[in-house]
Amino acid sequence: MELLYASCIGVLVFCGVFLILRARTFPVVLGLTMFSYAVNLFLFSAGRLSLNKAAVLGYSSDYADPLPQALVLTAIVIGFAMTAFVVILAIRGRADLGTDHVDGYEVEKQLKVKKTRKAKKAKKVKS
Amino acid sequence: MTLLWIPLLSLLGSIISSMSGKLTRNQSTRLTLLMPIIALIMTISLAPTVFSGEVLRETFTWIPLLGIDIAFRLDGLALLFVFMILVIGILVIFYARFYVSSKDSLPKLFTYLMLFMTAMLGIVMSNNVIQLWFFWELTSISSFLLISYWWHKSEAREGAIMALAVTGAGGLALLAGLLLLGNIVGSYSLDVILASKELIQNHSWYEVTLVFILLGAFTKSAQFPFHFWLPHAMAAPTPVSAYLHSATMVKAGVFLLARFYPVLAGTDTWFILVSFTGLTTLLFAAYVALFKHDLKGLLAYSTISHLGLITMLFGLNSELAAVAAIFHIINHATFKASLFMATGIIDHETGTRDMRKINGMWRYMPYTATLAMVAAAAMAGVPLLNGFLSKEMFFAETLHQQLLGSMSWLIPVLATVAGAFAVAYSARFIHDVFFNGEPVNLPKQPKEAPRSMRLPIEILVALCLVVGIIPNFVVDDILSAASQATIGGQVPEYEVALWHGFNLPLLMSGIAVCGGLLLYSQRRFLFQFQASLPSLNAKKLFDKVVLAITTWCQVKVERIENGSLQRYLTLMFVVVLVFAGWPLFEMSQLGGQKELTPIDVFNAMGAALLIIGAISTVIWYSNRVVSLIMLSVVGLMASIAFTRFSAPDLALTQLTVEVVTIILLMLALFFLPQHSPRESSSARILRDLGISGALGIVVASICYALVTRPLDSISEFFLANAKTGGGGTNVVNVILVDFRGFDTLGEICVLGIAALGIYKLLINLPLLMPKSDSKGRPWAKERYPILLASISQSLLPLALLVSFYIFLRGHNLPGGGFIAGLVTAVAFILQYIAHGSNWIAQRLTINYRKIIATGVAIALFTGVGSWFFGKPFMKTWFDYFNIPLIGEIELASALIFDLGVYITVVGSTLMILASLGRLTTNEPKEEVSI
Repeated sequence: MELLYASCIGVLVFCGVFLILRARTFPVVLGLTMFSYAVNLFLFSAGRLSLNKAAVLGYSSDYADPLPQALVLTAIVIGFAMTAFVVILAIRGRADLGTDHVDGYEVEKQLKVKKTRKAKKAKKVKS
Repeated sequence: MTLLWIPLLSLLGSIISSMSGKLTRNQSTRLTLLMPIIALIMTISLAPTVFSGEVLRETFTWIPLLGIDIAFRLDGLALLFVFMILVIGILVIFYARFYVSSKDSLPKLFTYLMLFMTAMLGIVMSNNVIQLWFFWELTSISSFLLISYWWHKSEAREGAIMALAVTGAGGLALLAGLLLLGNIVGSYSLDVILASKELIQNHSWYEVTLVFILLGAFTKSAQFPFHFWLPHAMAAPTPVSAYLHSATMVKAGVFLLARFYPVLAGTDTWFILVSFTGLTTLLFAAYVALFKHDLKGLLAYSTISHLGLITMLFGLNSELAAVAAIFHIINHATFKASLFMATGIIDHETGTRDMRKINGMWRYMPYTATLAMVAAAAMAGVPLLNGFLSKEMFFAETLHQQLLGSMSWLIPVLATVAGAFAVAYSARFIHDVFFNGEPVNLPKQPKEAPRSMRLPIEILVALCLVVGIIPNFVVDDILSAASQATIGGQVPEYEVALWHGFNLPLLMSGIAVCGGLLLYSQRRFLFQFQASLPSLNAKKLFDKVVLAITTWCQVKVERIENGSLQRYLTLMFVVVLVFAGWPLFEMSQLGGQKELTPIDVFNAMGAALLIIGAISTVIWYSNRVVSLIMLSVVGLMASIAFTRFSAPDLALTQLTVEVVTIILLMLALFFLPQHSPRESSSARILRDLGISGALGIVVASICYALVTRPLDSISEFFLANAKTGGGGTNVVNVILVDFRGFDTLGEICVLGIAALGIYKLLINLPLLMPKSDSKGRPWAKERYPILLASISQSLLPLALLVSFYIFLRGHNLPGGGFIAGLVTAVAFILQYIAHGSNWIAQRLTINYRKIIATGVAIALFTGVGSWFFGKPFMKTWFDYFNIPLIGEIELASALIFDLGVYITVVGSTLMILASLGRLTTNEPKEEVSI
């Protein structure tokens, strides 16, 4: 089962990173979210995989490691805050820049195209 | 505590004067003067102890592991400087009250001046070299503020930038030097460093260390070739120049020489570097000063020249020369401060500083003229004045050295030449300004300055005279104390006296005076000769160099940082790949000794669903809604995985966060395009698949290696102490609110900050709201389905009850503030979805910012609260109570902390979603408080 668990994390990392490397904001956010699943599961596995162990005192003498759980719990909540921030940043970026592209050159190119279009229109009006 | 109070009072003065904006100018001045006067009284009360040879110390440990303490130390040298800084500072503040016109802000000037005073006091009193460096940098910054006080003038801004660049660069060199010094000695404490002369001078790093420290000192005290910033710093108001260039800023450099004299001096390297730099500066600046038509320009170069003299004296490697240097530091401070102030009066009353225009001032301002003439005579080194005494000592010292072998006679000759130039420019200051015919085209009709403005000059000039005539009565104590501290041992026999009989130094003085007057009488030819020389504009050169450096940097930065997120992330992932992947190849075996658990059907199914979800997300990523739904499958499987592997708290958190995240992303999709165009080239896709695949393999391998190795955890401690120490059986929750409560506090702060950042990002957002969906279909008319609305409304109390239950039981059973907060948030979000934000706003006016602040405050004060019981921060208290009807219950202070967490989570989550959701309402905007 350890092998399966590790492979799952590997697949999540693979998909997450691939999405993060896309050129538009939304896939990047999806990728980040997926990547944070992978990271949380990875951190959680630092306490080893424990099936049917007690999480609360007094139910069994065999306990799951509580420390990684506590760390991951806050990581999940903060991960949400960060995802939210990034996605709002993406919205704001699109509103201000008019594009959701994350490649700096692309933005410049688009602005240039817009400018040349405007200039052409202005010329047409004149002629 | 006394020592700490001296710089602290000055800092307090800075804060007080910054708040005195509403007072009258006189009240503001009095208030500002109060603190340095108290500090001066304290210093005077400490003086007898220091004079008796004792060194006062005060240490507060700060970062003991790094050897950094807050440590103060008052020996003779420090005492001398504290005196100068405070006395001249008080006089300058008093003078500035009358100098600064009513248009300019006096409190602003006072704030900067007092900040600068703090920095200077900090430098001279530090007993830790890192702390010394901190205050050193503070002088650079506060002098930048002072020089750019008239920020509307471009020369003030440029002068300030130049001073900051030069002294800041020197500060970096100094830091390097001090770190090296600390490494050689093994301690950053000045006491230890000053006691390790042998160790330092025999160390192979000695030369490097010396050069770095000297770079710091020379840039600060404007030694050639770093002198060029000082004349440009004259764009500051004259009181600032009087303070910076007489007793403080530039003296910090020579203070550094004096401070490290016991351990760095005495070698040939020291002699060559220090004395020749000093000599060059002395000669060069004295020569240039004669040709400056601007009064302050003349004084600026004269200051550089005198600093050169002091530097050279330190460089001569003779203890008597060091005494002379200390003495000249005192004398230069007194006469130069008074000369600057007199220049300020002339500038103030005539409206110009050009000596070609200002002539014959004797008739208009006889009183100021007399004061200025006495001070200028002291600068020239005329007998009966203090400048004469230290100059005699300087001449005598140049005669007594054999450092250049058979060419040693050259040094006294050059010293005499520099002396002659000093006489010449002093003569020019006196004759050109106060006599020499009538004024030419003055912007103002000159008149005598008010009495109060002259008072500080009177005090300083009186000091020049008293020291010059009866030196033994006035400066003997402080001079011998400071010299002893500088030399670091027994002070040699020396005699400061007006009359030593007819000897060679007296002859040199005589030659200098006659030669200087002769030079001045021939000034026409000299001016013509100087005008024919090609001029080198230091500022233009500086600007060119700065421009070249910044352009070079910009080109390099732009090459790396081209604005493409894809490129940055690719680089980052490749670096991670290398660093995380490399150690794997060095491991002999991936799997560990731990016994593997068998795969059961449920786990295999879960894993399959998770993998299918993840891969579907990628495959359909261009159709964003589908991709998002696939992503939610992954999130759901993750939370099921947490349940399966005995982590109910995590499962609950993941589930609720999943709901909130997906709703948020759905909402975000409304404002973003519905499709991602497939625009990557095949090569790019191949590359990205390669990187992400490799990273996936590396992470999976690490994970496998990790989970197959036996666990040696520190969690035994938490398990053993959760009930007895934290009062709860849910160990995860006890860790969050008790053992690692401080981390949790930080985390809810991050959550709050993220929410506030989102709030800020969404203010004034230009709306790009689509009128229809991507296929051109208009939105449904039924915005809020009635079924959903009524069900959600009736669900709300139930949901709140559940969340309250989860919250309460959190300490002992799965649950707690985080999860309860998320459940509450989800319940409210459902209301928003079902009814729209206007409907909510009509019924419920909630300011989410205040809620977040309340939550964080509750958590913080629960932590602070334990202080009142004499316990450390965040210490939990709990006890059991027996309440009738309910039975025995446990109350713990951690519950209140968890309440803070709960409130912050609710506030932040709702703020994020409500802020964004509000933008979707097309209805006319009302004042919705979020």
